[in-house]
Amino acid sequence: MTIRLNGKKRELEEPMTVSGLLSADGYRPELIAVEVNLAIIPKKDYGSTLLAEGDVVEIVSFMGGG
Amino acid sequence: MDQKKDTFSLGGHEFTSRFILGSGKYSLDLIRACVENAGAQIVTMALRRANEGGLANILDYIPENVTLLPNTSGARNADEAIRIAHLSREISGSSFIKIEIMRDTKYLLPDNYETVRAVDVLAKEGFVVMPYMYPDLNSARDMRDAGAACIMPLGAPIGTNKGLATKEFIKILIREIDLPVIVDAGIGRPSQACEAMEMGAAAVMANTAVATAGNIQMMAEAFKKSIEAGRLAYLSGLGRVREDRADASSPLTGFLRDDEREE
Amino acid sequence: MSEKNHVNESILSESILEDQKENRIDHMKYLPGMEQIKSDVMDQVVAAMNGYDYTKYTGKDVRRALAAEDRTPEDFAALLSPAALPYLEEMAQAAKIETRKHFGNSVSMFTPLYIANYCENYCIYCGFNCHNKIHRAQLCEKEIEEEMAAIAKSGLQEILILTGESRQRSTVQYIGEACRIARKYFRVIGVEVYPMNSDEYAYLHECGADYVTVFQETYNSDKYETLHLAGHKRIFPYRINAQERALMGGMRGVGFAALLGLDDFRKDAFATGMHAYLLQRKYPRAEIAFSCPRLRPIINNDRINPMDVHERQLLQVVCAYRLFMPFASITVSTRECPRVRDNLVRIAVTKISAGSKTGVGSHSEEIADEDKGDEQFLISDSRDVDEVYRDLQKLGLQPVMSDYIYV
Repeated sequence: MTIRLNGKKRELEEPMTVSGLLSADGYRPELIAVEVNLAIIPKKDYGSTLLAEGDVVEIVSFMGGG
Repeated sequence: MDQKKDTFSLGGHEFTSRFILGSGKYSLDLIRACVENAGAQIVTMALRRANEGGLANILDYIPENVTLLPNTSGARNADEAIRIAHLSREISGSSFIKIEIMRDTKYLLPDNYETVRAVDVLAKEGFVVMPYMYPDLNSARDMRDAGAACIMPLGAPIGTNKGLATKEFIKILIREIDLPVIVDAGIGRPSQACEAMEMGAAAVMANTAVATAGNIQMMAEAFKKSIEAGRLAYLSGLGRVREDRADASSPLTGFLRDDEREE
Repeated sequence: MSEKNHVNESILSESILEDQKENRIDHMKYLPGMEQIKSDVMDQVVAAMNGYDYTKYTGKDVRRALAAEDRTPEDFAALLSPAALPYLEEMAQAAKIETRKHFGNSVSMFTPLYIANYCENYCIYCGFNCHNKIHRAQLCEKEIEEEMAAIAKSGLQEILILTGESRQRSTVQYIGEACRIARKYFRVIGVEVYPMNSDEYAYLHECGADYVTVFQETYNSDKYETLHLAGHKRIFPYRINAQERALMGGMRGVGFAALLGLDDFRKDAFATGMHAYLLQRKYPRAEIAFSCPRLRPIINNDRINPMDVHERQLLQVVCAYRLFMPFASITVSTRECPRVRDNLVRIAVTKISAGSKTGVGSHSEEIADEDKGDEQFLISDSRDVDEVYRDLQKLGLQPVMSDYIYV
């Protein structure tokens, strides 16, 4: 399936959970927030949230800023 | 004076440091020393799309006991700011949020109208809302009424280091708004931070002035000291110089009579 | 005179002393029909007044207050303290600078029109009180129109409509009609009538009134209780919240005053200033006005005097109001003589009445001849509009009939 991750197209094998995606890309869950189709996914739900064709996923973290 | 007792409060949280430090434009390895030298208890940061794994993250460099203050930079309207606030809370685990809404890329001036809207929504959701704003009394009142925890008027356009260009208007806000007034943006030198504190600002926020200094840890300390000096001066009551002298040759009170029964 | 306890004995008589012993209703409890608004302004004013210890201020505090760019409640407190009296000339000079900064040389002129003097209250110092045997009267609509036409001929464009405080006799509708008539002849209409509910203020506003003045008389509720023995006015909190209800009803401006000489005038003046200050902060659009009345003799008691509020103290209060709220309008009435009034307008006063009569009607010749109702107090400046106008000009001031345009 194809999703959109942080503005870019991404091919994923099915089935894929949020947790799976995070560990595949090496994200540290405590440092990020995940939004799927504009809805924030609570950290406890990462393992049970399945991604689907066409999902728009944003993974964000903090950086320096004033 | 017992410095420990001179605190200010944001959303029910007490702070003794009146220096809020921005974390932008540093190399990460300098941030910890900078926060420590600044004595900062609140550090701001921004939210961006995450780097893929393995890269350094700013949270690894911020001391544990510091309150994280995410901002909504990048938001062009209230809805975007609200979305950023929600995402930020997921990471920071706290409800502090600095609202920054700009739709002007040249001067980066805040949009007060959209900011009031964002304050209204986020305060109702329980955020400790700290709006960055253009120092306008009417907007400040609206933000207060909408539930802001403080107001953060700009001294000068962001990053310009021009100091208290809006001094007279910030004075009005300090006088009229019963919330902490935190001067944000434009503060270029410790002396300007000191002046803001002498005027009665509750705190000063600075970033560029520190981040672009020759020795940034030393500059962080210079700001810390100037802010403390300004605060002490404010608390001690500034001596004042009179501008107008009474003109003894034309007294205004000569008409008074001690015995004033019917005439 | 027992100035220590601030009991003004000139007000008292045998019969009043007897009446004060009677059981009276609870002056802090609202009566049926009185609107209760959610507001903590009264509590804040009373707390500020109770915390005001004017003996603790020194010349240093006064000098700092004088030199301050923007004066705080603490500065105001210092300026009202006895320590400020030696600085009265400096205060007057500073007040004059503030006045000219905000008002230029202009001084507004107006006249009061008493359309009735029926009163249901027993306020022991007031000539209109319901136990004082005086002639009572009320103008009908036709007479109101005649009076107003006569006043308008003098060139005045602002009028203050007054009644005694009788809701029965002078109903809200009656006062509203007077405002409607006034709109035909005047640009600015104020009312100084009994306190009412916010919807009633909204109604008067709709009828043309823009300003509401309510004198609190004294902000010391214990003293208040011994002075206002009966009637609606006895209910202290309902009166103190009148200005806020007027603003809720859409009025443009509100006026404040303590009647100086009833109680400790420093505390009362401080409370008056704080009352205005807090309401202006809560309703930033509100225009603020102060009056500075001192007690005057009334019919059937010519001994009444303002106790320890001599001219110096009066000037101190007026200057303190001006220095604390430089943008506020300050009115001086004909309770003061021409010498005092002319000097106060040079310093801090920005509104002055002219051609004042405190009896009912008495502006148009027909009604004056009928000898309608008696006066509320005895005036000490009987100059007519032309005389006041010329005297202001002689002082280098500019009389202004109205600087207001209805939109």
